Amino acid sequence: MSALLRAIGAMTVNGIWRLGFMARFFYALLRYSGQSFRRLPLTIREIYFSGTLSLLIILVSGLFVGLVLGLQGYDILQRFGSSDALGIMVALSLLRELGPVVAGLLFASRAGSAVTAEIGLMKTTEQLQAMDMMAVNPIARVVAPRFWGGVISMPLLAAMFSAMGIFGGWLIGVLAIGVDDGAFWSQMRASVDFRYDIINGVIKSFVFGVAVSLIAVFEGYDCQPTAEGVSRAITRTVVSSALAILALDFVLTSFMFRGL
Amino acid sequence: MALIASGNPLVSLKHVRFAYGAREILHDVDLTVHRGQVVAIMGGSGSGKTTLLRLIGGQLQANAGTVEVDGQNMGRLPVAALYALRRRMGMLFQFGALFTDMNVFDNVAFPLREHTALPAGTIRDLVLMKLHAVGLRGAAALMPSELSGGMARRVALARAVALDPMLMLYDEPFAGLDPISLGTIGHLIRRLNDALGAASIMVTHDVQASLDLVDYIYFVSEGGIVAHGAPADIRASNDPFVHQFVHAEADGPVPFHYPAPPMASLLDGARA
Ligand SMILES: Nc1ncnc2c1ncn2[C@@H]1O[C@H](COP(=O)(O)OP(=O)(O)OP(=O)(O)O)[C@@H](O)[C@H]1O
Ligand SMILES: [Mg+2]
Repeated sequence: MSALLRAIGAMTVNGIWRLGFMARFFYALLRYSGQSFRRLPLTIREIYFSGTLSLLIILVSGLFVGLVLGLQGYDILQRFGSSDALGIMVALSLLRELGPVVAGLLFASRAGSAVTAEIGLMKTTEQLQAMDMMAVNPIARVVAPRFWGGVISMPLLAAMFSAMGIFGGWLIGVLAIGVDDGAFWSQMRASVDFRYDIINGVIKSFVFGVAVSLIAVFEGYDCQPTAEGVSRAITRTVVSSALAILALDFVLTSFMFRGL
Repeated sequence: MALIASGNPLVSLKHVRFAYGAREILHDVDLTVHRGQVVAIMGGSGSGKTTLLRLIGGQLQANAGTVEVDGQNMGRLPVAALYALRRRMGMLFQFGALFTDMNVFDNVAFPLREHTALPAGTIRDLVLMKLHAVGLRGAAALMPSELSGGMARRVALARAVALDPMLMLYDEPFAGLDPISLGTIGHLIRRLNDALGAASIMVTHDVQASLDLVDYIYFVSEGGIVAHGAPADIRASNDPFVHQFVHAEADGPVPFHYPAPPMASLLDGARA
């Protein structure tokens, strides 16, 4: 019993300690971000690795999610005789929820894990220490560009995901099933509000981008410098990112969308 | 060759104690290095030589005692001052630590690009000169994964001296080198040191090469300095430690084994 209590206590203390370390790490990251912005090519390179290279998986997944939404949406809506509203349903589900969330999850497993692995291996092979010994701050030179590369890529990827999804919904709804083309688009245009739907979706994807990128660079920087340590860090990045995205999604949704 | 020790020492350790957690690695280490000197640190594997270099480079902080480089206390230096000092230091890591996402040329160019505003053409000339000195000018376009262990270490050496530092820390510069490269690299270390009026500290296991090369030798064992002296004194010494090292004897005060229960007890356990 006391052993159990002690284990729980140790886990709690450990968790809080790590959270505190993460906060200090985040502070250092922000402090040294100025340096990495002054050297834009570093960040642009990371946008290429995190963003551009994730594009294919994001577009393909977006298309499939849109196809499914088209089928499911039509099946439900036609029961109420409102299959013309398919465009609204597809667009709103994607812009508000599925775009940011699914793109975030994909981004975490495609780009987040890669960033953790890269930084973790640099630590394991003493590259970060070597940089530090050359009076080059590894947080400014290695961590910050990867963080900002992720933060900038994520909303763009979510937007592409949504666009592709709407295209998929249109393919199924209009081309395959035969919903009226004009109704599909005009209903969508009439009901999707720029501020309420689109901006909120972008805010979500931005927040997810910050969360995933922070977790990815932190886990890499904090990992045990061994092969096993790196592999555990990668697992933690994917798992914590997924949990963070879903939990943050609930919090953000409860602030943004209350049927007002 | 040995210069007369004059003026303030460049590196000075006084009564340094260091522990990883509860495990004490070094206790009461005193060590002095003057400008112009090449100093060797020798000792058994795991005796704390790399740890000693890290203390001098400011990557680790002593638990007690002082580590001073160029008159500054490494334990109390704010980050900006530490970085300013490190710009004038070069360190060769035991395993090279080349940046794996850059080719050989960019690795050597890295400190120049980070810390100077030299035009690209000048940087190119400097990098090729440094690579030429370690015999790898032809390998400039290779990636670190395409190098052998000894080649990687030579590239790391070229990178460590790219900014012509005042203090060079070499962790086993000779490991993995054939006798020809070893001689060349040894001369390079000496020549660089003398040309720049710098000081060099090298951890090495190569007793004969360093006896010919260095000005002073420290022997580390069981967390302390057990012997030190100029090469001539070391050769003549009949200190048991020094004797065991210089003549590479298995038996002597330096244990080959990490502390463990006797092998016989293990075998008994296996039989039971
Ligand atoms: N990060 C660490 N945490 C805990 N103990 C460590 C750590 N790094 C090294 N040690 C211990 O400190 C001791 C000294 O290590 P160090 O790397 O300085 O040895 P060394 O003299 O350089 O050995 P070698 O010649 O094999 O490179 C070793 O016994 C090692 O077990
Ligand atoms: Mg070592």
